[in-house]
Amino acid sequence: MIAGLTWLVCFQLLGELVVRVADLPVPGPVVGMLLLFCFLRARRYADGGPIVRAASALLRHLQLFFVPAGVGVVTYLAVLADDALPIGIAVLGSWALGLATVGWTAVLLERLTGRPRDDLPGPEAAR
Amino acid sequence: MTDELLDLARSPLALLAVTLAGYQLGRWLQRRTGGHALAQPVLVAIVVAGTAITVLDVDYPDYRSATELVAFWLGPATVALAVPLHRQADRLKGFVLPMLAAVGVGAVVSIVSAVLLARALGADEALEKTLAPKAATTPVAIAVTQSVGGVPALVAVFTIGIGIVGAIAGPALLDLLRIRDRRARGLAVGAVSHGVGASRMLREDETEGAFAGLSMGLTALAISLLVPVLALVLF
Repeated sequence: MIAGLTWLVCFQLLGELVVRVADLPVPGPVVGMLLLFCFLRARRYADGGPIVRAASALLRHLQLFFVPAGVGVVTYLAVLADDALPIGIAVLGSWALGLATVGWTAVLLERLTGRPRDDLPGPEAAR
Repeated sequence: MTDELLDLARSPLALLAVTLAGYQLGRWLQRRTGGHALAQPVLVAIVVAGTAITVLDVDYPDYRSATELVAFWLGPATVALAVPLHRQADRLKGFVLPMLAAVGVGAVVSIVSAVLLARALGADEALEKTLAPKAATTPVAIAVTQSVGGVPALVAVFTIGIGIVGAIAGPALLDLLRIRDRRARGLAVGAVSHGVGASRMLREDETEGAFAGLSMGLTALAISLLVPVLALVLF
């Protein structure tokens, strides 16, 4: 577990380093994710390895790590209440429009390029 | 005696305990309701911890530094999203171009529609600028908001909120829109609900989760490049 976490923290550090040196507008962890992906591909990393085990353990609790930032909502309850209508409609409306745009564009382009669709209806879609 | 107990209740240890206990309560509810979409542990934990610091009269910055230990792991967990992607890498074949195009178009739509909807309903300019980058993952949204002149701390609330909306309603809306390609489903949720949405997709299916994680990264890049450009036109 600690071996895997060490790898993950080191790749995050590497990502931060690349961001600082190249002055990129993305966060270090996102660059670290892409670097780790290349590393895992190049090494043909096996499923039972320490990185996979540590990553699975962290990802199971991904939601927990957002809680401290989310609790910040208590300091803005008054602002949110004042502008509840524009905020609510803008947030939900642009969320739904964005979701539909990304999903439909991806599916449409896949069909246009004539490649087989990776169509695996889940238990919900199959209902 | 009462003062001592109150001090203990406001201590970093107690705030950390409340946060973890709130999260565990959320996981318990999720299991009890058979994985009901509304029972997202992050939402339950925010309600529990938010109520606790309001009742105890703890300042948010104090709460934030007490729970730094928890927030720290968001970085390594984001790096860890490379693992499901690695295990699903075969599915990238023939999907790279549709993926890049969809994320780019999606970022433009989510920025422009947020600003225009808010404007139509009478929001002021600072609020519009704060809403523009809300689909990006939290650190990117904060940095972008700062650079265009919005309210950085408020955008963090919007991004977490939109993440929770995605975790609750993302798969249901995708079913409604008849988007059944697992890659496209993951891509769509990651593009509008970043890591919180990705966590729901990971629970549903590894392919969906892997593409949601990748989409979160690509969207972060697209939004940080597009918001400053679109701001010239929109404001």
